[in-house]
Amino acid sequence: MTALIQTCEHFGLEWFIPFLRLIKGDEPNEQWRQIFSDIGVPILSFLLFLAAWSWTADHVKVSFGSVPGPGAVWKQAGALWQEYKDDRAARAAFETKQAQRMREFLAAHPGEKWRVRKYSGPPTYVDQIFTSLETVFAGFLIASIIAVPLGILCGLSRIVNNAMSPFIQLFKPVSPLAWLPIVMIMVSALYNPPDPMFEKSFISSAFTVALCSLWPALINTSLGVSQVDNDYLNVARVLRLGWRKKVFHIVIPSALPLIFTGLRLSLAVGWMVLIAAEMLAQNPGLGKFVWDMFQNGSSDTLAQIMVAVFTIGIIGFLLDRVMMVLQRAVSYDKEGVR
Amino acid sequence: MAYLQLNGVCKGYGSGHNRVEVLHDINLSIYEGEFVAIVGFSGAGKTTLMSLIAGLQAPDSGWIKLRGEAIREPSPDRAIVFQNYSLLPWMTVEGNIRLAVDQVHPDWTSIQKRDHVERFVAMVNLTHARHKRPRELSGGMRQRVSVARALAMDPRILLLDEPLSALDALTRATLQDEIERIWAESRKTVVLITNDVDEGILLADRIIPLSAGPRATLGPEVRVDIERPRDRKALNHDPRFKQLRKAVTGYLLDSNRRGRTSLSRKLVLPDVEPEDLNKPRSAMGGRKSALRKSEIREESIEVRS
Repeated sequence: MTALIQTCEHFGLEWFIPFLRLIKGDEPNEQWRQIFSDIGVPILSFLLFLAAWSWTADHVKVSFGSVPGPGAVWKQAGALWQEYKDDRAARAAFETKQAQRMREFLAAHPGEKWRVRKYSGPPTYVDQIFTSLETVFAGFLIASIIAVPLGILCGLSRIVNNAMSPFIQLFKPVSPLAWLPIVMIMVSALYNPPDPMFEKSFISSAFTVALCSLWPALINTSLGVSQVDNDYLNVARVLRLGWRKKVFHIVIPSALPLIFTGLRLSLAVGWMVLIAAEMLAQNPGLGKFVWDMFQNGSSDTLAQIMVAVFTIGIIGFLLDRVMMVLQRAVSYDKEGVR
Repeated sequence: MAYLQLNGVCKGYGSGHNRVEVLHDINLSIYEGEFVAIVGFSGAGKTTLMSLIAGLQAPDSGWIKLRGEAIREPSPDRAIVFQNYSLLPWMTVEGNIRLAVDQVHPDWTSIQKRDHVERFVAMVNLTHARHKRPRELSGGMRQRVSVARALAMDPRILLLDEPLSALDALTRATLQDEIERIWAESRKTVVLITNDVDEGILLADRIIPLSAGPRATLGPEVRVDIERPRDRKALNHDPRFKQLRKAVTGYLLDSNRRGRTSLSRKLVLPDVEPEDLNKPRSAMGGRKSALRKSEIREESIEVRS
């Protein structure tokens, strides 16, 4: 049980611990009090929010009917899920049918080649979520690969830091909407393979995400590296550690908590930027979904966009949690990570 | 021929009018196998002196030689035990020592290295804690790891920079005994820097007082001719111990009084009383204005010439 409690702590599931303690029989009153304050209060405030939302929804009229309340949004979420399940069924039916046709064709014309046809249904909401996740991770990966080594160099050397500083100052505040056209033009010019592995829109979105999410990781890494405790560096000097050993045994482990803080912030920024990038680049993810819904303007539109808002929020929250668990796993100062 | 020699070493910080000379004309000779304690006030420049010997800093003038070779940079030859342990928190006890062994003996096989690490972990009685990280250890245990790491470098000279000053009295006594035992076993040349005169007398062959700063310099050496092993309890009643202690303390106190003038000046403090933090504060703010007490206070400050 104690081990289970520790696991919960490790994965940032502190709210679950009072329940475990309750089962174990540790001070039930204290546990109930904690459950109320950690879980009861957030639930109450959320219920309050839902009530306020319902009330507002009933009283505000927009051009295509009324603003959807929580119920309508929940119904749309169900509809989107149903659509996904229907699509899966249709896809499966299509595949079986094609397999059957292929067998018949090959039996009738042995030796000839069967041309495989792809299922051509539109991407469903769930597919779009996955496209978004792929894009954000691609962008985040590019950003990390550039930002972390560059940040380490900046932190180690004043000269590199001074050389990088104008770029950081200049490009950090730039909005993704400003980067995107440039990135799209560059991608069109430079990425023209005969048999493209990735869509252009995917690459444009990923690079835009990378350009915007680069900075927190870069700044935090360089801060972490430049703040390495002088005592540790003295140890390195007394031991006459080589440059590589100094960086990998002293500097990086010592800066790792801040590097991960930076990466966590980067991923959060990336996820936020992604929606805007997808909207404009027409990358088939959540951003495009929101844009398409906005354009088609049916009576369900607003409810569907709100489903997207909640999805984006929940996924953003989960990504942050994942990063926090990673951050704790690599930090020597486990209690410091919140 | 002295093993470690310092000649006319000066070191200061800052430049121009702001320059403060910390150490002035330090001359010191230490012989092989000797245990020398340098005793001085906090802030006298003891740690600066240690950094100079370790090679972490360079003297402004004068020179430092170990076995006739000038010291220009840090080296595992002069292993240093830092006051604040300086263990790497992401490595285990073994890992910290192993890092040093890897560096000093790159040509050894990993079995040789492992045995070497084990030997020194055992020497400081930490075999049971060898897989722990520094944060899981007490202050005394951390300092032992630091000593083991320094010894595992197989240094020519061991520099102990106030190694025990952050520890409680009991742990300190235990570690003093341990340091003496280790010194007796390994017969290394040791330079111990401390602010505890008794500690110096208990451990060292010679005690050299460092006068109060700024422009601290070394005073006349005091030879400790009490036979080893020295018993802490018996020592307290030994007339020689009292004599030595008086000599060292007397010099230090004199140096502190000398060259120091004091002047007092009236200071007008802002008319604000500090808040009593022991009183519970109400969550919604409570008192908005500061407590006032119209009164001029007198405070004296000391200015060192």
